[in-house]
Amino acid sequence: MAYSDKVMDHYENPRNVGKFDPKESNIGTGMVGAPACGDVMRLQIQVEDGIITDAKFKTYGCGSAIASSSLLTTMVKGMNLEEAGAIQNMDLADELALPPVKIHCSVLAEDAIKSAIADYQGKNPVPEGANYFEIK
Amino acid sequence: MTSPTYMDYSATTPVDHRVAEKMAECLSIEGTFGNPASRSHYYGWQAEAAVDKARKQVADLVGADPKEIVWTSGATESNNLALKGIAHFYKKRGNHIITLKTEHKAILDTCRQLEREGFEVTYMSPLPSGLLDIEELKATIREDTILASFMHVNNEIGVIQDLQVIGDICRERKVFFHVDASQSVGKLPINLTELPVDLMSFSAHKIYGPKGMGALYVSRKPRVRLEAQMHGGGHERGMRSGTLATHQIVGMGEAFAIAQEMMADEEVRTRGLRDRLYAGFSDMEEVKVNGDMEQRIGNNLNISFNHVEGESLMMAINGIAVSSGSACTSASLEPSYVLRAIGLPDELSASSIRFSVGRFTTEKDVDNAITLVRQKVEKLRELSPLWDMYKDGIDLNTVVWAAH
Repeated sequence: MAYSDKVMDHYENPRNVGKFDPKESNIGTGMVGAPACGDVMRLQIQVEDGIITDAKFKTYGCGSAIASSSLLTTMVKGMNLEEAGAIQNMDLADELALPPVKIHCSVLAEDAIKSAIADYQGKNPVPEGANYFEIK
Repeated sequence: MTSPTYMDYSATTPVDHRVAEKMAECLSIEGTFGNPASRSHYYGWQAEAAVDKARKQVADLVGADPKEIVWTSGATESNNLALKGIAHFYKKRGNHIITLKTEHKAILDTCRQLEREGFEVTYMSPLPSGLLDIEELKATIREDTILASFMHVNNEIGVIQDLQVIGDICRERKVFFHVDASQSVGKLPINLTELPVDLMSFSAHKIYGPKGMGALYVSRKPRVRLEAQMHGGGHERGMRSGTLATHQIVGMGEAFAIAQEMMADEEVRTRGLRDRLYAGFSDMEEVKVNGDMEQRIGNNLNISFNHVEGESLMMAINGIAVSSGSACTSASLEPSYVLRAIGLPDELSASSIRFSVGRFTTEKDVDNAITLVRQKVEKLRELSPLWDMYKDGIDLNTVVWAAH
């Protein structure tokens, strides 16, 4: 099983590695996975006027996990929260050409963005009557 | 892309050129192609002579009589033959088998099969060093125990069991003692004239011989009998039927003879390389060697780089070929059961890499490996949220994880 070029590219040149201060009110932080499973992703979004203006990640996991989370940060920049929350794991898996045994890495990335959005919304509840987007 | 530096000798070894040459002489019409069981003509006698020579070469390396060597298709088959052969033959004597959780799957899966047939198997847990607890063994042997199987050197962590002590206990309690010596034969001295071992499995491809070839030592003094698992012609004194593959056998014999010549010097050389490799990492933060460092074969280094996942590290160091205990590298997505059995938490299994050096490894290979690994571990730690948290002083054991 050779690694796909796209996975290698995201590993060699990961986009948006880093950290925001999780205490800031315009930052949403999603931390998913567990060390015992060999996969932990921390995904953070910076939101202004409902749009994700920046995203950062750090991942402990295999090449496919790193690539999934790196790709995710590039995709969500410029999206509003509804669009970002609608990203499906298969969007990531198809783009990276993940083999079946690695699909679960993209699922974790999908969980990570949803978790980050939920964290942001927890800190910034939407006022009455405004556009409301619910995460399940 | 130039091929990577090979440091996975515990997984398999390349066939030595001298061995390959001898094997090639047994294939075509000009060579020793005859069926060794053809008793009535030159071609058979020629092949039989080659097989006899190889049998002696294998026996000599381990201090056995050639009559005690049974050819098989590999150590997996030898393990199957030993366990099933003894269990079935001596089932009236008893029903209980003892082994260790860290054995190779060829032993563990065979034990599972024997359990399905009605035998009872105790899978002992090793000490955190990987070594067998001798007192616990004494307490585990029962009146109805017929067989104990322990590997000489563990393939993942390289720890060496004390065959003399274990064998003495088994002999005293009248339990057959089988040893899987795949990782040790040709690397550590083995003298079956002295050792109280009843059966021993050998593999050719771990010691610069061909894959698909192995042997089982079956003691004649005291006599051990077993039920054959392969039927059809009664070859190998009825213990293992099937036309002998002369080229494979000659290859194994030659590999074993070369190993005998080179063993002492190679032990020192590979141990030196392994120690050099370890020295290159031992000053790094959060690094742990898995398994006893003293009672360990000279060519193995199984090491965890905490907060960095094993498969990502293997991908990062793709100029070196190694193995990992990480779940991501196994087809079943389970982390190494050996590392789990010695009490290693799953996250350290996930961060483990096994380096195993061998005949063709050089000092330069080791130095390049050190540079590359250090560089990539540093880079992956920069990507790792766990390293961040560790650096911030957070005790990762207290975190509640949102696993999916």
